[in-house]
Amino acid sequence: MIKIVDVYKSFGKLEVLKGINFSVAPREVVCVIGPSGSGKSTLLRCINQLEKVDRGHIYIDGEEVTNPKVDINAIRQQVGMVFQLFNLFPHKTTLENITMAPVKIKGVDKEQAVEQAMELLRKVGLVDKAHVYPNKLSGGQKQRVAIARALAMQPKVMLFDEPTSALDPEMVGEVLTVMKDLATEGMTMVVVTHEMGFAREVGDRVVFMDEGMIVEEGTPSQIFDNPQNPRTQSFLSKVLSF
Amino acid sequence: MPLSENLTFIVGILDAITSSAGYRVTANNFGYFLGGAGYTLFITATSVAMGMVLGLFAAFGRMSKNKILFGLSTAYVDFFRGTPLFVQIFLLYFGILPLIYDNDPLSSAIIALGVNSGAYIAEILRAGIQAIDKGQMEAARSLGMNERQAMVLVILPQAFKVVIPPLINEFITLLKDSSLVSAITVAELMHRGDLVFANTYQATWVFGTISIIYLVMTKTISMLGDYAERRLATE
Repeated sequence: MIKIVDVYKSFGKLEVLKGINFSVAPREVVCVIGPSGSGKSTLLRCINQLEKVDRGHIYIDGEEVTNPKVDINAIRQQVGMVFQLFNLFPHKTTLENITMAPVKIKGVDKEQAVEQAMELLRKVGLVDKAHVYPNKLSGGQKQRVAIARALAMQPKVMLFDEPTSALDPEMVGEVLTVMKDLATEGMTMVVVTHEMGFAREVGDRVVFMDEGMIVEEGTPSQIFDNPQNPRTQSFLSKVLSF
Repeated sequence: MPLSENLTFIVGILDAITSSAGYRVTANNFGYFLGGAGYTLFITATSVAMGMVLGLFAAFGRMSKNKILFGLSTAYVDFFRGTPLFVQIFLLYFGILPLIYDNDPLSSAIIALGVNSGAYIAEILRAGIQAIDKGQMEAARSLGMNERQAMVLVILPQAFKVVIPPLINEFITLLKDSSLVSAITVAELMHRGDLVFANTYQATWVFGTISIIYLVMTKTISMLGDYAERRLATE
């Protein structure tokens, strides 16, 4: 579903991605872990071209997104993204946040879009918040709306950029539950996360990144129970020590 | 003091005022002043509309990566913000506009105020657009919107809310500055005040009256701004 070939990316003199190769199969859930500044978020943002790569190729469903001639907007419609800071549209209600893209971009009939949005809100447990503005929602509720908003475009892939890092601890669970349900339904997902419990339980595969490179990847039990690389071991010993 | 004496006192004062020469000048010319205020409102409204369009283009030019668009819009803002409006009115009315068409005072006034306010509005709009978190653009683009859709559906509506107070400021400034076009004989409020003053020498009555008319107009604009802010509140 996603194929990343030899991707390099620098911000000025800082090289953040140094030759990344990996792919994601349909219905697979890949969790990307690693220390801050390791390039995980940048990699995710390269997949839907919020960042342009310097070198290398990225394919989604066989189409090369790094080709400058590609219709990137059409591809992005099939790739949902969830941000650390939610980025809900504050001037629109919850319902309007979800229906805006289907109605305005895809040309979905308004009534049908509303019906679908209500269905998604039911799924994330926020039907009663349909007509409130985002500033009345808690962090966890905002993130669940953001997930519903991305799902409304009926994407083939969902990208999650540290979706629970900005949440109060008691709200992390409600967001992870929604993500877990999504994984169970067979959504292809790439999740950049610090939630090791989630990566272990929900991930089909775990990718450990450090200093712009993929250091190690494998099944959750391989990575968490039997890491081979000393850098993986050192990272895990720090984050799992509690 | 008993009530009747109070009334006599007040009536006495009112009588002294209404029998003064200045009062009669104001009363006789009040309709004439209001007609001038109509011109003032018309000039302000049309030049604000022109300034908004010019300002929007110039704001995008100032944010453009295209060097020519950036250079042109920056030069435009620099010139009209960096030279006196009074000078610009004369430059356009006597100098540049006669080269382009057979210009009259009213249209020249509207053009001068319009291009001047466009420069200020450009910077107000640019600040408003750039004040919106860049995550908003990213979220819009990640849903598959093109840049124009993201701007129109997501960024501009939020920026509009941010710029209401400074825009209202600009509209008020423009309404007051429209008095400068009295110098090129547009029959707006200040010009009419000037004419009446020249005939009567009742400076306090005449300019006091037109001050109050200006105040009523500017206060109305600021109340419209407050209303717009309330309407767009998401609380």
